[in-house]
Amino acid sequence: MLLNKPHPLEVKVLTRRYEYPQKEAIGVDEYVAKEGYEALKKALDMTPEAIIDEVKKSSLRGRGGAGFPTGLKWSFVDRKSPKPKYIVVNADEGEPGTCKDRIILEHEGHRLIEGCLIAGRAIGSNRGWIYIRGEYRTQIEAMDRAIAEAYARGYLGDNVMGSGWAFHLSTHTGAGSYECGEESALLESLEGKRGNPRLKPPFPATSGAFQCPTIVNNVETYSAVPDIILKGGDWYAALGTPKNGGTRLVCLSGHLVTPGVYEVPLGIPLMTIINEIGGGVWKGRKLKAVIPGGSSSPVLRPEECDIPADYDSLAKAGSMLGSGATMVLDETTDMVKLMARIMKFYAHESCGWCIPCREGTAWLAKILARLDEGAGTKKDIDMVDELAQGMMGRTFCALGDAAAMPAMSFVKKFRGEFEAKIANAKVYMPAPQTQPLVVL
Amino acid sequence: MADPITLTINGRALQVPAGTLVIEAAKKHGIEIPAFCYYEGFTLQAACRMCLVEVEKMGKLQPACTLPAAEGMVVLTESPKVVDARKGMLEFLLTNHPLDCPVCDKGGECELQDMVFRYGAGESRFVEIKHHENEKQWSPAVYYDPARCILCYRCVRVCDEGLGVGALGLTHRGVHAEITPSHGDHLECDECGWCIDVCPVGALTSGTYRYKSRPWEMNYAGTVCTHCSNGCKTTLSVRNGEVIRANNRDRSGINGEFLCVKGRFGFDFVHSEERLQAPLLRKDGKLEPVSWSEALAAVAAKFGEVKARGGKFGVIGSTRTTNEENYFLQKFARQGLGTANIDHHRSGDVVTLLDALKGKTDALATVGDLYTTKAALVIGSDLSQQHPLLAVQLRADYRHHQSSTYVVTPGEVREDQYAAKSVRAKAGEELAAVEALREDLSKHESLVILFSDAIKGEAVGKLVAFGDSLGAAVKYVCLQDYSNSRGAMDMGLLPDLGPGYHAAPAAGMSMDQMLAAKDLDVLWVVGANPLENTALASESAFVVVQDLFLTETAGRADVVLPAASAYEKTGTVTNVCGEVQRLKQGPKVMGVKSDLEIMGLLAKELGLSLGIWTADKVFEEIRKTVHGYNVALPVIATGGAAQTTPVNGGVPVTVRPELIRSAGDTLFTSGTLGRYSKMLQGVMEAPGELYKR
Repeated sequence: MLLNKPHPLEVKVLTRRYEYPQKEAIGVDEYVAKEGYEALKKALDMTPEAIIDEVKKSSLRGRGGAGFPTGLKWSFVDRKSPKPKYIVVNADEGEPGTCKDRIILEHEGHRLIEGCLIAGRAIGSNRGWIYIRGEYRTQIEAMDRAIAEAYARGYLGDNVMGSGWAFHLSTHTGAGSYECGEESALLESLEGKRGNPRLKPPFPATSGAFQCPTIVNNVETYSAVPDIILKGGDWYAALGTPKNGGTRLVCLSGHLVTPGVYEVPLGIPLMTIINEIGGGVWKGRKLKAVIPGGSSSPVLRPEECDIPADYDSLAKAGSMLGSGATMVLDETTDMVKLMARIMKFYAHESCGWCIPCREGTAWLAKILARLDEGAGTKKDIDMVDELAQGMMGRTFCALGDAAAMPAMSFVKKFRGEFEAKIANAKVYMPAPQTQPLVVL
Repeated sequence: MADPITLTINGRALQVPAGTLVIEAAKKHGIEIPAFCYYEGFTLQAACRMCLVEVEKMGKLQPACTLPAAEGMVVLTESPKVVDARKGMLEFLLTNHPLDCPVCDKGGECELQDMVFRYGAGESRFVEIKHHENEKQWSPAVYYDPARCILCYRCVRVCDEGLGVGALGLTHRGVHAEITPSHGDHLECDECGWCIDVCPVGALTSGTYRYKSRPWEMNYAGTVCTHCSNGCKTTLSVRNGEVIRANNRDRSGINGEFLCVKGRFGFDFVHSEERLQAPLLRKDGKLEPVSWSEALAAVAAKFGEVKARGGKFGVIGSTRTTNEENYFLQKFARQGLGTANIDHHRSGDVVTLLDALKGKTDALATVGDLYTTKAALVIGSDLSQQHPLLAVQLRADYRHHQSSTYVVTPGEVREDQYAAKSVRAKAGEELAAVEALREDLSKHESLVILFSDAIKGEAVGKLVAFGDSLGAAVKYVCLQDYSNSRGAMDMGLLPDLGPGYHAAPAAGMSMDQMLAAKDLDVLWVVGANPLENTALASESAFVVVQDLFLTETAGRADVVLPAASAYEKTGTVTNVCGEVQRLKQGPKVMGVKSDLEIMGLLAKELGLSLGIWTADKVFEEIRKTVHGYNVALPVIATGGAAQTTPVNGGVPVTVRPELIRSAGDTLFTSGTLGRYSKMLQGVMEAPGELYKR
């Protein structure tokens, strides 16, 4: 079990049942012994409105990346609709650098199940799916075991805890596509189709899985719900900063002394996460840059990092909290190589549906690879920025933005490195023709 | 549709119904918003991002193809931001596009070329190696070049939504994404080529047309498909007198741009090596090529001799020749030869239907009605196989207007996919099955009933009585086989009925009686193949055949006169819904004459005065004498279809229902013509098991 040593600055809510070292997943007995399914019991006696109000009060925001207020999302579902309503868990954890959902899936599936049940109760649903990326074989098996236990104990099934209300849950395996982490592409994939994003509106709350009202939330989001119900939305909200309630998991990676997944309250200073929890930059080196929320979030220079780590502060700094994947880069990092690698990822993962993303990511990947090899020109550096701007806000879904944002920020903030690559090319590479190949 | 709203596009205040898409609102008022993936009538994709426009109070550019117009919306379609985005999209598109325009079939009529010309940048900044995939052949009719493909998904949608075939899909992702047949490397589909037609670039190309011509090096003739009875308008692309393509990109005509495999690819019979190009005369038991004058003289001599001694003539007309030719033929037979023995291959009981509809007006459906009706009932026909246009219309009606289609057929049909109810009924049990649908059918305010030859004779009357009892506005379509099956009836190629269904002065022999008559002296067959499966009883009969090919009937003939096909002549034809359309000459084939000209020359040879034998003059006479054919000339002269109103009174019906039988063609067969089309023979679907889903 991959669980790092806890840090005293952590605020343990989601991970409060974890021990170090955690030998195996928290089984149903242990879960129940430690207040497990108490929140469900409480929720079964609450009205759907009361559940949603409690979640609204908690200021819980989506932990998948976009940070949409969860209670608000749930309130969009028309509970009076004659159609079945569905709960979908986004466990397609694909954002590079992100590894928090796997901790929950692996260690405490019952927390996620309980969260789903409460969400199901809130919108009047009887069916849910956990869409897990196919690479998470161990996690899928752990989740299946937890679901089987929950069925055996009557927490899932036709009569949930004797309430007469039915709720069924199962896992669904993804087939290896970053795009399927986008909620509408995930729904397409869940329905057995190609993982292309859907037109919005309608949003899933109106027409989601199988054209029925559906809520799609991240694993971590659902997992936060049991404690909100148990201890109250106000209690949860107070853990964080205004409009940024509670705690979240941060995936610390990169050039740190103690990388790992930690639970921190929202609003904790970013530098505290890096220097205290992460143990600071390794090998006594200097900090060069921080990618605060997964590879799609714009990069920050050290001087931009003196900010609280919450949704709004990071947005103000021109980046985003994203999926909580904080990548720390030391002074030796080759920023051009890193950007070329990131773009290669997006070119590989673009679904191909819309022109700017399909062609733009592939083109950028080629230019960046060339720049990295020292075969670029200064014009190419400008072009990376121009092409990224041509994609930004013009693609069908957010994948195009996710690829454009880091490209623009890398060029803007580390232009010197790009230029140095060209100047210091060890092997002379002929620059590509300066005349356009095709004159139309 | 809700009340009109006002939006402003480029400073012009426009009124449109609420919910209209901005791209449509702009188009209606003459403002072009470019798009590749937006295609009227099919689902929205918002994939090409060409139609991005600036909308006040919205941060990002918005795709006009999915944005419903709202009150007070302010849209800019040519602002610097929009222009920059468009230029950017086109630059992206051209990065991996091969730019092989000089050898691309689409060059000159390519939407990507047009867009780049209008909105594109002057130069490309792309200096990398292009991503490339090799071209693939999916079927004899369809080729796919992934490198040229811009992934607009039009082909996927027309196939899935338009036809219900769903032969195409998308595989791989990112820049490697490409269109792939659902059977992996080849198509198993209707082979209709609609995908080729809608392709905005040269990614999908036609097996008959590839690398043969540039679009500006051809002449175009808008005519009517000669295969089935639906009467699709088709535009023949003719180069040096040879047809090399058929499509209908301008969407003129009753079919819009739809054509089936026969319409789009089945024109190659015109230039078949087996086409007869000189008259044949039997000499010493062998058919020898002779001159036109010798052949015509031989026929005239025989006709004159038999007529003089009061011998027995038998005349069999065609279901593909023009109204003018059919009219002239019956006139020739009745007035010129003095015989009442005239008939043709009947495939639907129009006569009984018209009699049953006496006194009613507006009871015959047009092809357009099938797209607007609230409900339709299909009896005994595998519509998507035998009447592809009608099937496409009904499916579009279902998709756009949520109409209800009811199906009563012996086996599974493709309409089952969306039918409100499908009933399986054996031959003879159709009417009982229809009766069982009474409750469902009476729910709808309008209904079109389409029936095949399964309903004939008395059953037609019963069906109309059933329709009357529903209390809805019911219209009928009597399904028939070929391009002018209906016209042959209207023009009086019947032993007992003359033009316009007036009783003939004297009733003659029907087709089966002629073939069985041992004392027949002359059998004159114009564009038909009655001896395909039947022997001629009269061994001494002098047989004259006008045809394109040496058919079984022509093989028995004493004189064979090579005729022009419908694509090589002018005139009018009447489709299954009674809509008259004009043929226009496209290709030219050496040595043949139109049937009208052949008959005119024969009349001259015989010294008969049957009037001037040009199509226009004969049609003028038809307009005056055949009830319902005084249709508006400008409509048909401009390539439109005008519905006739054949009769409104009773018809003296003496037809024997057993004479009515459909040839039962499928999508890939078309009587004699289909046998001589290499394209129709070449696709793997033909002519075996019906392709169904």
